[in-house]
Formats: sequence, structure tokens, C-alpha cells
Amino acid sequence: MSETTLNGRGLALVPRTDAKQTMKDYKSDQEVRWCPGCGDYAILAAVQSFVPELGLRRENMVFVSGIGCSSRFPYYMNTYGFHSIHGRAPAIATGLAASRPDLSVWVITGDGDALSIGGNHLIHALRRNINLNILLFNNRIYGLTKGQYSPTSEVGKITKSTPMGSLDKPFNPISLAVGAEASFVARTIDSDRKHLQSVLREAATHRGTSLVEIYQNCNIYNDNAFEQLKDPELRDDITLRLEHGQPIVSASKAVRRTPGGGLEVVDRASVPESEILVHDAHHPDPSVAFALSRLDEPAFEHVPIGVFRSVERPSYDQLMSEQLEQAQAGGRGDLHKLLHGGDTWRIG
Amino acid sequence: MTKQVQQLDRVIIRFAGDSGDGMQLTGDRFTAETAEFGNDLSTLPNFPAEIRAPAGTLPGVSSFQLHFADHDILTPGDAPNVLVAMNPAALKANLGDLPKGADIIVNTDEFTKRNLAKVGYAASPLDDDSLAEWRVHAVPLTSLTVGALDGFDMSKKDAERAKNMFALGLLSWLYHRPTEATIQFLETKFAKKPVIAKANIAAFQAGWNYGETTESFSVSYEVKPAKLEPGVYRNISGNQALAYGLVAGSVQSGLPLFLGSYPITPASDILHELSRHKNFGVRTFQAEDEIAGVGAALGAAFGGALGVTTTSGPGVVLKGETVGLAVTTELPLILVDVQRAGPSTGMPTKTEQADLLMAMFGRNGESPVPIVAAATPSDCFHAAIEATRIAVTYRTPVILLSDGYLANGSEPWRIPEVSALPVITPGFAAAPNGDDGETFHPFKRDPQTLARPWAVPGTAGLEHRIGGIEKADVTGNISYDPGNHDTMVRLRQSKIDGIDVPDLEVDDPDGDARVLVLGWGSTYGPIAAAARRVRRAGGKVAQAHLRHLNPLPKNTGEVLKSYDKVLLPEINLGQLALLLRGRFLVDVISYNRVRGLPFKAEELAGVIQDVIDSE
Ligand SMILES: Cc1ncc(C[n+]2csc(CCOP(=O)(O)OP(=O)(O)O)c2C)c(N)n1
Ligand code: SF4
Ligand SMILES: [Mg+2]
Repeated sequence: MSETTLNGRGLALVPRTDAKQTMKDYKSDQEVRWCPGCGDYAILAAVQSFVPELGLRRENMVFVSGIGCSSRFPYYMNTYGFHSIHGRAPAIATGLAASRPDLSVWVITGDGDALSIGGNHLIHALRRNINLNILLFNNRIYGLTKGQYSPTSEVGKITKSTPMGSLDKPFNPISLAVGAEASFVARTIDSDRKHLQSVLREAATHRGTSLVEIYQNCNIYNDNAFEQLKDPELRDDITLRLEHGQPIVSASKAVRRTPGGGLEVVDRASVPESEILVHDAHHPDPSVAFALSRLDEPAFEHVPIGVFRSVERPSYDQLMSEQLEQAQAGGRGDLHKLLHGGDTWRIG
Repeated sequence: MTKQVQQLDRVIIRFAGDSGDGMQLTGDRFTAETAEFGNDLSTLPNFPAEIRAPAGTLPGVSSFQLHFADHDILTPGDAPNVLVAMNPAALKANLGDLPKGADIIVNTDEFTKRNLAKVGYAASPLDDDSLAEWRVHAVPLTSLTVGALDGFDMSKKDAERAKNMFALGLLSWLYHRPTEATIQFLETKFAKKPVIAKANIAAFQAGWNYGETTESFSVSYEVKPAKLEPGVYRNISGNQALAYGLVAGSVQSGLPLFLGSYPITPASDILHELSRHKNFGVRTFQAEDEIAGVGAALGAAFGGALGVTTTSGPGVVLKGETVGLAVTTELPLILVDVQRAGPSTGMPTKTEQADLLMAMFGRNGESPVPIVAAATPSDCFHAAIEATRIAVTYRTPVILLSDGYLANGSEPWRIPEVSALPVITPGFAAAPNGDDGETFHPFKRDPQTLARPWAVPGTAGLEHRIGGIEKADVTGNISYDPGNHDTMVRLRQSKIDGIDVPDLEVDDPDGDARVLVLGWGSTYGPIAAAARRVRRAGGKVAQAHLRHLNPLPKNTGEVLKSYDKVLLPEINLGQLALLLRGRFLVDVISYNRVRGLPFKAEELAGVIQDVIDSE
């Protein structure tokens, strides 16, 4: 494990291979057991066909997950994998990534896993900025436990556990992540493979914690939750594409600043090009990213998709390694010396 | 005036004062002087959980007891021969433990109306004859200190704060302790505040001189150095020894140490200590909670590190699910439980042995975990290496039990030679183990140990997935097959049952005792001291102490059955007794006290004698 050149980007320390890789190399021999039609299939295929382009040694890639339908993901990747316990994947991945900067570590989690039982670990992983890629499969429902509402379900959600409708306000995962000091926050959708892969590409090469919310359809318990974003009639109007350096627009809408300092979505034709907000994902101030994350309220009239925020900040594992190096500058610890430290005396 | 010098074979001193009076520091320094002098010793710090309880009140009393002798001793002593009471609260809180005739050194300056009233004294006990049965040395410690520091550029209040060093100087004179190291210590401690350093040293020396000149002390005492085994010694507390043991486990196994931990009394000092040893490649991670601490440790273990998590009882509860994951994924992991009085928050700074059954059974499903318990502060070092050996050799989480008494107590330790420490071989998997020479089976076991291969990320060709779902024997693929589950449950159990642990040794000098006194964990010292007393008085008793609680040594049943009676003192309501009765159908006689304090040797000697007499 080399600990010397830690200033690179997300994958700088991960050994590479020149051998040609294909999607097939990353498919494990395990039978995939999601419901037919589940959005998880599309995400799996997108990931499997994307990772070869990273050119990493397959044995240096690890997928760690919690519990949920989505968390079965690691079994299907022909890499190292750890299907752990509910909500704890960020903690487990933190220990792995902190002690092995030579690994590309991916966390697979669901909306319940990441935001309910594991909420604490998620926010702390984000603020620490450890070198992880967290893929949050948001289907706005508890899939594996057969359809209870989740912390991202809309208010009033009728489910088995909320026959009269859910009462609690959901989390907006992007707002939460931006508020938790995340250095990389993005949103994408299971049905748009090209976009999904472009976001993964940026996430993988970002050094630090990348949070990618993936809208994922659960066709059994919450079908069509993201239908507006998929419907050919609607999607181009609803989807606000976030591309660094580009004006933030959909086919018919545009984002501009309000005089009060906030953001608003207006009819694209009604504003001059110069007034449209140009996306700056690298802005050190997170307030615009946060404001962008609020644009989809009330639900899905217009939904920003893409990288909300991507800023450089030292990663925890890097800082930790630097402290270790500094401590070892004068040589590695000597056990005999350690045991004989402090006041000693000899008898006989 | 030349003063009389009296020889003693052992002394027990208790320093007691307000939490803000620096009694722990005073005790530590006296301990260091005593260790340097070459006495055997044992210490018992006792302090409130509150950082600064209201000054002068009973809950705010902090004390430090030290037992030192010219022979080897096993406990911090039952009852002090000398009490240093810095205020009325300290006197009142400790008087009950003091045998008649003991010396009391009181700081008379603090015996004001107000301070007396705070602890319910209507009149000063110094003024009536309520202390007539003790030898009281009334010393105005505060004003003498302030007087000694006259001319120092400091406020009266700051000067008063050096009174603990005055007391230390006085006691150092009284027991002929070497003083050089304390002066050096003060110089280093206050290196950035030279005035404070000088003032503390001056107070310390003034205390010494006061002893020499005052008529209040006509005798001083000498306790000759103890004849201990030859070697190099240092004084060490349980937490420090445990931290060193973990570093040694890392060095001896070649595995980088990763500690994931969340602060909790009385375990935090292990985190503090390990965080200072980054030069050994030690990574310490202060997690957001106990679950993350153990999770990170397990993640690091998956990556090939020696994963460790340290906590106390309430934290163990939170870690349970992850320990279960480590059981089923069969990864090495060390969970250190520095037990404290429970349930719930209980009494954080007080000791207890009541987490044994939680360590054994506190997880869902059939989830066996090896348990190692340290017996003395310095034994924490060896127990940590043993926990490492078991965890790494058998690919299993191990629970290492210490407790508040061991954690904060200290004793001289003969430092072992590094070359004498066991070498631990991780034996990482490096190549496929399938019959075809290509496939890797993550759950194909070593026929001897039943351990599975540990294949770490980065090893080409061994990519595999593990998790909490039941795994098929050998391949490790997800399996819900009923027969396979039964097989796996039994395999995991057999692996733990088959761990190689040394036989239980019995100490029976005459060889014909009919009563066995058995213990585990921190009761070793008091039990051994009690057995000695009983034997000195002509009684016959055998003693044995369990270090491995799971699996138990193979000869345990045989040993228990070869005595007419087995007495088992525990600082719980009979947890090991329950296990032994269930396993061996032996009618163990329990002796239980759960007071947050260690047993006293005299108390246990009485209990042992009663059992012998009832034969
Ligand atoms: C400690 C614990 N509590 C509860 C559960 C039950 N459980 C399993 S998955 C799940 C919710 C999963 O929802 P989500 O994270 O959204 O994943 P999805 O199935 O929707 O992909 C729950 C409550 C569990 N496995 N462990
Ligand atoms: S329950 Fe929903 S999320 Fe789970 S596998 Fe089926 S479709 Fe997918
Ligand atoms: Mg979900």
C-alpha cells in the first residue's frame, strides 16, 4: 500500500490495469433476484458497463452495502463486496477506505438505509469527506420490507403502515447532503443510462465522498414515482439539466436569481439569456447548490438533474495518512522502546 | 531534633479531597516515587463521574488509594493506615473505611463553618472527641502553602492550589520517598508556566521540610524495597497496558492497527493512548457513535487490518448487531469492554463484572464469540495479545473484558522481552482454493482450526462477496437451505468451541485442599490475597482463575468436580456461576457484591473460611 502520493484525484492511488476489460468481467456468477421490471436492473447494468472505462484493477474495487433490495447489489458485481447491516455501510466503508487508500470503495444504499436507520453515518461520512462513492437508490419506499413509507416518501403517502397517509415531512437528500458539508452531490435517474454514467464518472474521479442520488423505480410498491421525469411528453420540460458552465434550463423553463437572493424557475422564453443562472458546481459557497436542491418543491414541477456541487477539499483518509507519515518521519515505532518508555527501574 | 524511624512491611495510604484538589495527580506522583523506590504496589483511584461536582460536597470527593510493601502484594489494600483529608467532606466520606488507630492528616484550614455545614457537621470533629480513636495530625495545609509561596508573583488563590504538592511533600518525607522525579515532573508539566512550576516545587519542598521540623510528626517510616523477580519494571495502569498490548498484537501479527471508537468512561484512555502511537502505523478513528466505531473497525478488518473497537457496557449494547455480522462473515475483530456499573448509565466511574452474560449471549441467533478476561492491570497487556491471537487465527470477533478497577488501577510491571511475545500469523489467502485451481471458496475452512480464508481486497483472483445473509458452506453464496443453515450454525459453534486455550491451573500449595475458590477477571488480586490469608491462618484452599471464559479451558469441568466445594466470588449476581452450573452441573457457591468497588481481601478471606468451616 503506497501512502506517498496522496494529492491526486479520486482514483490516483488505485492501481490500474492495461488489460482490456468489458462489462462481462464485472458480472458475478450470482443470479440477480430483483423483481422483474425493478429499476435496480438498469442501474446495475449501467454500473457494470461503466466501470471498465476506469481502467482499475478489478480486485481493487469494493462494493459495500447496507440492507434493502438495493443493497443486494454487491453480490452481482464481480469485485470484492460486503453486504452488511441496515444503515451501517458508510461506517464500514469508512474503516475500509481510511485504511486502504488503494481501493475504489463504493457504497450502495437505499432511501431507508441511508436516510432513516443510517442517517447519522451518512451525514458524518459526508462531512469527513472520506474517499467513497455513495450511490443512494431512492425509490421513496421501503422495498425489501414490502412497502412501508420511507423518509423520502411524500407527505400523505398511503402505505401498509400509513393507511390514512403518512404525516412526516420527507428529507430532500440533496439538501441534506449539501447541508452536511458534502463536497460532491449529484442526482440522476435509473432510466437515463447516459446521464447516470456521466455522473458516475465524475463521482468516481472526485477525491472525497461523492453522494449520488439515483431515482429508482420500485414497480411493485411505488410504481411510477418518477414518471414525470420519464414521460416523453413531460420530461424535457421538467428536467433542469445541471452542467457546469452552462445555463440552467429545461426545454421550456429557466432558472434565474430572485431580487431577494433566492432562485426561481420561469418561462424560458420570458427571460433574456443573460439573466439565466449559469451553473457553477465548483463554487465554494454551497448556498446556490442548496437553493437548486429546493427547486423541485412542490413535488416534481421541475427537477434539477446532474452535479449540484463538486468542490475540492482534503479527504479524511488523505489527512489521516499524512498524520501517520508525519509520525513516522523519524522512523517506525519500536515496541521495545514503547514498553520501556516512562519511568523504569531494574531489580536484580 | 532527630526523629525516630520506624520499619514497616506495608502501608496503605488514601489521599482524599475535593475533585478540584488534584488528588489523582498527587496519588500518581506518590505512586511513581514508590515505584522508583522499588516497593511492590497496587493502586485504586476512586473519583466521581462529574467533572467538578459542587466544591466541598460529599459527591465531589475524589480519592486515590495506594498500597505499597516490601513484599509482593495483590490488591490496593482493604483499609487505609493513613488518610489524607483535604476538607471535611473528604474526612466524612472516608472515615468509615478507616480502622481505629489509623493516622489522619487533615487540612484544618478547610474546616470552616461553611464547609462543615455543607456535609452536615454541626461542630468541627477536630474540636470534640469524635476522632479520639484515631491519630489526628492537624495541619493547616492551605495557609502553610500560601506562606511558603510568599514572594511568588501569583494570587493567593493560585498559591492555594499548590496545597496538594505540599501534602505530597509531607507524605514523601513521612515515607522516605525519592523526590527528584517529582521535581522533574513538575518542571516538565508546567514548562510553559515557569512560575507555576517553581511554586509547585516550592510547595512540595515546603511540605517535606515541614515534616522534618514539625512536632506533629515525631516518627517517619521506612518500607524496604520488595524482592521482586529480576527484570526491568515500570508502573502501568490497565488501560495503558491494554493499549500497549494492542500495539504489540499489531506488531507481532504485522497487521496495521485500526481503532474505531467513541469516547466513554472508563474506556476512553485506550483511545487517547492509541492515538499517540501513529508511528506504529496505528489509525485511530473517533467515530460518530459506537455503531460506527465497530463498523469502521470491521470494514478495516475486511481490508486486512487488525480491527479494534473499545468501549464500555452501554457501547457494547450498540455494537451487538455489528459483532453478529463479524461472527457470520468470520472476520477478525477485537471488542474491548471496560466494564462499569450498570444497567444503563449506572455508575460510570465504578467497577463491575456484570457484562459477562451480555458478552456471551448479547446477540441475535446462535452467535458464539470468544471471551478473554484480564486479571490485573498489567495482565491487560497479555490479554490483548491473546485476544489478537484468537481473532486472527480463528477469523472471529473476540470480546476482551476489562473493568473500571483494572483500567484505572496500576501496579509495577516487569516489562516482557519483545522476543518472548508470541508471533501471530495472519496467513492471508493468496491463491484460489477450489479443486479446479481457479475458483475461490471464501468459506472453505482450515480442517484444523475451522477458520476460513481471509482474502483481502487487492488480491487478484480472489474477488468474492460476503455478508450477513446465511452463506452456503464452502462457496459462501447466499443460501436459505435448511440443512445448510444447521451445518453453518454448528460449524461456527465448533470453531469457537475448538479454540486452543491453555488448561486451567490450580494453585494449591499443600495439594490437599477440599475447597476451590474460583474467579475471573479483576477479582484475581483480592481472591489471591484472601487465599494467602486463609492459608497463613492454617486453612486449606485451592485457587484457580479463568482467563478464557469462552471457550472455557478443556479441563474446567474436571477441576471443578475434583473439589468438595467450589466458591465463586463475582462482582455481579452470579453470571459465571450460572454458566458453570449449566455446563458442568456443579453446585457452585456464589459470593456476590455489586457495590461498584473491588472485593476486599479480608472480606473474601472470611467467606472462604466460612466455606471451609462448613465442610
Ligand atoms: C436493524 C434492522 N432493522 C430493520 C430491518 C428491516 N429492513 C430491511 S430493509 C428495510 C428498509 C429498506 O428500505 P430502503 O433502504 O429504502 O431499501 P429498498 O429495499 O427500498 O431498496 C428495513 C426496514 C433490518 N434488516 N435490520
Ligand atoms: S420490491 Fe421494489 S425495489 Fe425491491 S426488487 Fe421489487 S421492484 Fe425492486
Ligand atoms: Mg427504498
